Amino acid sequence: MSTQNAPDLTTPVPRGPLPILPPPRPARTVEITIDGKVVAVPEGSTLLQAARSVGIDTPTLCFLENLTPVNVCRICVVEVVGSRTLVPACSRTVEPGMVVKTDSERVRLSRRLVLELLASSVDVSTAPQFQEYMRRYDAKPERFGTPAPPAPTGERDASHPGHHHAPEPSHAAAVAQSVKIDNDLYVRDYGKCILCYKCVEACGTDAQNTFAIAVAGRGFDARISTEYNVPLTDSACVYCGNCIGVCPTGALMFRSEYEMRQAGTWDESKQTKTDTICPYCGVGCTLTLQVQDEKIVKVTSPLDQQVTHGHLCIKGRFGWEWVNQK
Amino acid sequence: MDLHFTADEPTAEEQAAVDGVATLIRADGSKRTYLLPVLHAIQNRIGWISPGALNYASRVLAVPPAEAFGVADFYGLLSTRKQPPAVAHICDDIACKVKGADQLCAAMEKLHGPEGSSADGKATWYRSPCLGLCEYAPAVLVRTAGEKPNDQLLASPKAIDVETAMRGRQIPQPILSSSVPQKGQPGLKLLRRVGQVNPESLDDYRATGGFQALRRAIAMGPGEVIREVMASKLVGRGGAAFPAGQKWNAVRLTSLPRYLVCNADESEPGTTKDRVILEGDPYALVESMIIAGYATGCEQGYLYIRGEYPLSARRMEHAIRECRSRGFLGDNILGDGVRFDIEIRIGAGAYICGEETALLNSIEGNRGEPRNKPPFPTQVGLFGRPTVINNVETLINVPHIVLEGGEAFAAIGTAGSTGTKLFCLSGHVARPGVYEAPFGVTLRQLLDMAGGIAGSGKLQAVLIGGAAGAFVGPNDLDIPMTFEGTRAAGATLGSAVVMPFDDAVDLRGILLRIASFFRDESCGQCVPCRVGTVRQEEILHRLHCGKPLSSPGGEVVLLKEVGQAMRDASICGLGQTASSAIESALARFPVFGGKP
Repeated sequence: MSTQNAPDLTTPVPRGPLPILPPPRPARTVEITIDGKVVAVPEGSTLLQAARSVGIDTPTLCFLENLTPVNVCRICVVEVVGSRTLVPACSRTVEPGMVVKTDSERVRLSRRLVLELLASSVDVSTAPQFQEYMRRYDAKPERFGTPAPPAPTGERDASHPGHHHAPEPSHAAAVAQSVKIDNDLYVRDYGKCILCYKCVEACGTDAQNTFAIAVAGRGFDARISTEYNVPLTDSACVYCGNCIGVCPTGALMFRSEYEMRQAGTWDESKQTKTDTICPYCGVGCTLTLQVQDEKIVKVTSPLDQQVTHGHLCIKGRFGWEWVNQK
Repeated sequence: MDLHFTADEPTAEEQAAVDGVATLIRADGSKRTYLLPVLHAIQNRIGWISPGALNYASRVLAVPPAEAFGVADFYGLLSTRKQPPAVAHICDDIACKVKGADQLCAAMEKLHGPEGSSADGKATWYRSPCLGLCEYAPAVLVRTAGEKPNDQLLASPKAIDVETAMRGRQIPQPILSSSVPQKGQPGLKLLRRVGQVNPESLDDYRATGGFQALRRAIAMGPGEVIREVMASKLVGRGGAAFPAGQKWNAVRLTSLPRYLVCNADESEPGTTKDRVILEGDPYALVESMIIAGYATGCEQGYLYIRGEYPLSARRMEHAIRECRSRGFLGDNILGDGVRFDIEIRIGAGAYICGEETALLNSIEGNRGEPRNKPPFPTQVGLFGRPTVINNVETLINVPHIVLEGGEAFAAIGTAGSTGTKLFCLSGHVARPGVYEAPFGVTLRQLLDMAGGIAGSGKLQAVLIGGAAGAFVGPNDLDIPMTFEGTRAAGATLGSAVVMPFDDAVDLRGILLRIASFFRDESCGQCVPCRVGTVRQEEILHRLHCGKPLSSPGGEVVLLKEVGQAMRDASICGLGQTASSAIESALARFPVFGGKP
């Protein structure tokens, strides 16, 4: 690295008024047209931000405000006039004069297909937002056949990249498999995983920098995994639960929630949400306590909270068992 | 980075394999870029990547083990599960399929046992996607791990030959010159040395005009070289046909450092043209890369060769070593103060890594997943720096442009497709191989050059451009083989695969193999491609066994909708073209009974 511009710290600061620094360049505004409306947004904004700024609701699955866009789910695709393919609104930035259509036939078809392809291969029963999108785009996943029964435990984790079994005419291939329960705090139900990469990002540089999980395998056999599928207890996991916080489908779930759902006692209509400050250290993270029948059943943190950006540590996320003891 | 490891420890051999590569790591660069070379070293030494070996590699390269596992588990030629040291990869892709690959696999099942089995733990076999050895169809690559790792190519062998090679016995290797039926003919440009000049001798290369273009380029200066490449109207030969001069010019004013990457990850089924250059004229590629690096201001080049091309890799390694020792690579090339060097990366069995941004991720030691564009590699490429990435064939045109001048180059071919082109003929032709012809040659002329239709002698269909290309019929033989000519015919030139099928071939089997290929080779990142390629194969399979979900017509509607979503919404060219050959066949031929 060049040291040419490094400040010389040995010279004393000259007396008199300090040099005036040039003011920061004001962000320029870029004008584009979305669905016939002219929209002016700051340079560098994404098409998603631009659309949202005028109240156009663009569906997203792999996008979250507190994570780097990975643009893999492709449900946010929009049509940019002049572009050969559709473009992901979550990560494509505005360019002056762009003409964007967010509800054209092409856009609707791709969005519907994304939903159908996912719902025909993944259990989306605990993903209310996903189901709302299915209604909006009239998605009919059953067109692709009956999803295949759960794979024997470990089979999906032993896939061979570049190889697969010939399809079964009676079934649509699916990621169904048994739930991974290897610790007291949360479960991993990868039969519900849409592979949005959010948990990997939260475990990695976007939040926790722990890198306990990554995407392994390839193609339809790609999956979230620890190294060699070792249990979380043998992995680098620190149980911050930030992966659960960002999971859009309930594939990653508090063990408390999972067990209540299994027992049939999970009832969101009976739950209240109360914001408080975590009592453990001096950082001051906001906790949202989800309470049912006077018991804490789940803890989250608001995405727009300046201290946490939605992320917590093991204490804030899971250290409330003692409150429930009476 | 504070990394956590399981208790698994490496063996002495595993440790030595990793340490052998670790010596290459430069203090000032990324360590992670050596992840793929390290994984190869372990695979080649042991035959698989054990938890202890992966832990050790991760520790040395400071990569989280979960991520290193994700990378190792991405590639078809690396194994994260224990497997025998000798593995035969039997190509059953389309070109080999019509030449008896399925029969060979059936014979292997009888002789050796089912795919993946091993009675004694020493050898096994797998079906493989296209090995790029289509003129030897059915082709087999036998890789044996050990202290002295070995690989053998087998041209249309019997099962017993495969078994013999798996047991370590050397089988006579096919001769390269048979890949170029035109060898020695006057008028060849790109192929003129292949099979004629010793590919290992730098002196022979120089004696046949080698490095004249480099001298000329240095005399011209970088700007003038780019001007000539622009004037030549050279477009990329990898399949996308992007103007090379425009790409080079795009990096000219960007900040340093910049990188030059040569894409030799040729994996499109039926494509063999780059292999023939890598094996037959390696110094020409080195010279071309130096000129490209000089013109674009890149001091470091990377050459990414597909893992199925061991001979190509050896030839290129030798050529680069020779050039380095003789002052054609390094800090002061030709004594003119030009600085450029080349590092080789070997792919590990992933078609997707031929996609330029996936290739960059692979070099960086990440999973070979494509990046969303923009930004383009010329803006944000390798290690986040401006990067020029060109295909092998694109680059080897450059010395000719430098010596002849751009305008003279542009006078060859047609207005929209300039220069000569390497065509890969396989399938039912009498003399399969790589042919050079000026753009504008018709499909009929190419088939004639290759000795006409073999097999039954009666042509049913021709696949142009590979699995990502399109089928045309016997009435389309006057298509001019140019980018614009194939486009006008509703096809694509792609990587210039020309694969005719005789009338005895069951096209349904070919389409199923193509669908299976894309399902295997999708990286899995984006939904339309990851699930779409699965659904595409399922629909074809149901049509094939006569068990449609609704009606055959309903299945075709579904197939087209999946195709459109993949084309419109996938991240990269793999998903965007995964349905094109299949849809083109359904549109032209009564494949599943109904009218096209």
